[in-house]
Amino acid sequence: MKASARSGTAAFLVLAVIAGVIAARARYTADLSAFLPRAPSAAQQVLVEQLREGPAARLIIGAISGATPATRALLSGKVVAVLRSNPAFESADNGDAASLARDRDFLFRHRYLLSGAVTPEHFTVAGLHAAIAASLDALASPEGPLIKSLFPQDPTGELLGIIDDLGAGRAPRSSAGVWSSRDGSQALILAQLRAEGSDSDAQRAACEALREAFADARATLPAAERAAVTLTLSGAPVFAVAARTLIEAEVMRLSGLSALLITLLLLLVYRSLPALLLGLVPVLGGALAGVAAVALGFGVVHGITLGFGVTLIGEAVDYSIYLFVQGGAAAHPNWRANVWPTIRLGVLTSIAGFAALLPSDFQGLAQLGLYSIAGLSAAALITRFVLPAWIPHGLAIRDLRAPGARLLRALAPLHRARALLLLVPLLAAVVLYLHRGALLSHELAALSPVPLKDQQLDERLRADLGAAQVRFMVVAPAPDREAALLAAQRLGERLTPLIDDGTIAGFDSPSRYLPPASVQRARLAALPEPATLAARVSEAVQGLPVNAAVLAPFLVAVREARAAGDLGRADLDGTSFAGLTDALLVRGAGGYSALLPVSAASGDLTEAAARRLRTAIAAADAHAVLLDLTGETDRLYLGYLRQAIMLSLAGFLAIVVLLIVVLRDPWRVVRVLAPLALAVLAVAALLVGLGEHLTILHLVGMLLTVAVGSNYALFFDRIGHGAHRGSVPLTLTSLLVANLATVLAFGVLAAARVPMLADLGRTVAPGAFLALLFAAMLSAPVPSSAPETAP
Amino acid sequence: MRGARHLAALLLLGASAAAALAAAAPPALDELLALLRQRQHGHVSFTEVHTLSMLKEPLTSSGELFYEAPDHLEKRTLKPAPESLVLEHGVLRAQRGHRTRVIEVADFPDVAPFVESIRATLAGDRAALEHYFDLDFEGDLGHWTLRLKPKDPSVAKSVADITLSGERDVIATVAIRQSDGDHSLLTIGPEITP
Repeated sequence: MKASARSGTAAFLVLAVIAGVIAARARYTADLSAFLPRAPSAAQQVLVEQLREGPAARLIIGAISGATPATRALLSGKVVAVLRSNPAFESADNGDAASLARDRDFLFRHRYLLSGAVTPEHFTVAGLHAAIAASLDALASPEGPLIKSLFPQDPTGELLGIIDDLGAGRAPRSSAGVWSSRDGSQALILAQLRAEGSDSDAQRAACEALREAFADARATLPAAERAAVTLTLSGAPVFAVAARTLIEAEVMRLSGLSALLITLLLLLVYRSLPALLLGLVPVLGGALAGVAAVALGFGVVHGITLGFGVTLIGEAVDYSIYLFVQGGAAAHPNWRANVWPTIRLGVLTSIAGFAALLPSDFQGLAQLGLYSIAGLSAAALITRFVLPAWIPHGLAIRDLRAPGARLLRALAPLHRARALLLLVPLLAAVVLYLHRGALLSHELAALSPVPLKDQQLDERLRADLGAAQVRFMVVAPAPDREAALLAAQRLGERLTPLIDDGTIAGFDSPSRYLPPASVQRARLAALPEPATLAARVSEAVQGLPVNAAVLAPFLVAVREARAAGDLGRADLDGTSFAGLTDALLVRGAGGYSALLPVSAASGDLTEAAARRLRTAIAAADAHAVLLDLTGETDRLYLGYLRQAIMLSLAGFLAIVVLLIVVLRDPWRVVRVLAPLALAVLAVAALLVGLGEHLTILHLVGMLLTVAVGSNYALFFDRIGHGAHRGSVPLTLTSLLVANLATVLAFGVLAAARVPMLADLGRTVAPGAFLALLFAAMLSAPVPSSAPETAP
Repeated sequence: MRGARHLAALLLLGASAAAALAAAAPPALDELLALLRQRQHGHVSFTEVHTLSMLKEPLTSSGELFYEAPDHLEKRTLKPAPESLVLEHGVLRAQRGHRTRVIEVADFPDVAPFVESIRATLAGDRAALEHYFDLDFEGDLGHWTLRLKPKDPSVAKSVADITLSGERDVIATVAIRQSDGDHSLLTIGPEITP
């Protein structure tokens, strides 16, 4: 006995040190990865890449409010200038005249390489005649005064054609020369980060750099104006940073709070500091084991998992409560024979429940499963093999037999009221039926730690900037950059007719800003030699109200274009097309992918439009797929949801099988499970009745309710069977204290500002309480032969 | 017949000259705007001649104009190329060929004066007119000229002035003079009755 205790302690210390080292060296993260699938399908892979490194994942919108439009424009200009010289930012724009002029200049200078209208036919006499006549028509139109000055250099209207192709989106509004919100009250800045969406350290640094640049710019204002101006940041990187900060803060706050509350509870119950400290050993050991296991199993520990860890405090502390309260201060040797088997079965049922989460695609859940299994096993093993040897002689905890006796007396009225439990399934059925249309939440956003208000602000700012969230995207994978551009070009040729027939409102393509080399060469080859062109122009203007002499600048422009040659990616630098092109031409696992965001004619694609679009994409023969990002996100979530339902059921089934194997009596199994099933039903009805839509975490919470509640039901089962040879009053007391600890821990979680944690807490806290209550009500009467007190 | 109309015009002129002597110009402008305000809808043909210095001949376009008080204005060009420009509740929708462009007039300080010059005149909206232009009213109700000079310097850089002329509540011409000397004259034809 002594030797085994010593070896238990030694093993514990060694393992604790190893776990401590692993936990200390583990990589911690609080980014999106908890929400992303572990083994994504091809479509999900694109979605995940978009979420991680797509243009939207790297875009920050800055909104400057207060003071006058001129002051805001001044600040906007200063901030953008600082960001442009910061390598962390791929680009920074505020729509100032200079950058608009640079963009326009780029399009104008390279118009013969960029315009799809440039073909040999376009430069025949007939082609020139038609193009010049069309430009003259445009001169007579309301936009005539705007294009008048371009006509002599660009009489074939290439620039207008290019701008027409580009200009699907609504241009942002300008105020005092820079982009502003639609209501004119904020100056807007668009900043594109270089770092990937999953690099939250870089994102944090970028957000800080932006705020710093703003603070520096503001410091140059006169004191009176300084206080009035503020900067609001929005966008995926900002949300990621905020979520990370929130999760970190919440995990600290919640762990601290629940540790404090449980410490107070135990002090109140034990009235003994040594007992309290000993009681916390399995909790700490369990938490350490959990973190180490997740670090080993996943390579990285998610902040959310540590948040779930709060729940472990509530359950792991139960074991030592059973030890101290039921075993008595002296840890009666009979405890091992009388109480341990029940605890062991309880731990096993919990493990069976959590094990069901392990295969989840939803990484957050899988980590929760592993964390809990390792944590609970460690806590139980420490309680069984280490703690008894550590209990000092003469450790005295408060005598709990008196409150125990009161609990025993309270059992009788509870038994009598058991008929009321018939109401639970009835009422629950009614509530669930009434809300049948809105039982489950179908959006991944329901799990997002970003507050709805911030999401709405982001949507408004994006709409103001004409950078609305992309929903449909054509994705063309290719072995290299040139092939991706060529695929984009071919797709664009098939998509353009769909704009004209109204199937889609527009699309964007990297090949618009950087046409593939072969296309550029063909366009250059279409430009006639100077002498030929001059002759053709003279002939083409016959019958038109313009003299060939007016078009001399056109001849110069074409000659220059022929001499200038190809356009490369570096030529885009300094324009806003550089960032756009990079965003639409992403480097993937197997080379490059060209992305062509498609805007639907009226927000959504009709069935028929989607079919036409798919046909066009297939005809381009570019191995491209049409991706519905919103649909894919929802499908991803629905997949999680369906899987969570299946896994919860599997976990429940595993618990049933375990109980059948151990108890070997179907009737006893029913008796153990009935209160748990009723508790789950009641909680589901309660949540739904209060207007919550059930998320994955609610479902998992129900599984945990069964896993945790099974402990209580098993003790009552043992008492009812006379198999329990411990003190019944003390057992009841320990159950109540253990239950209170669980309810406290999950109750703290229920107040979390991270929806995933709150959902779990809100389900398990009431669920665990009801499980104990219902188990007491449904328990068999205590046999009179049962010993009333510990010997 | 012709003589009678001439006589009536002379009488009217005389009357308005007397009125002008009595209380400067504004009352006549107010009267005109009040008259225009009463008009709820219109559907007329138009011809527009653009004179550009770089072209040897002016460009001519023609089509129809629709107006529904107070803020629906439509310019449907039929020749030389079909094109439509619809202003409704401050949103301008321009369609040329397959392409449609939609802008909110308020977003474009350069465009707003053009649109408002006709809309606000038709709607008799003096406040809107004075927001964008310095007004110069000449003549009388029977034969008036309203010259609008842009207030915004960036607009004034390209547009010298816009001059509307008409008789009573019927606008006859809209002339836009650009700062570089190019100009256009929109002549409104007779009412088209459906």
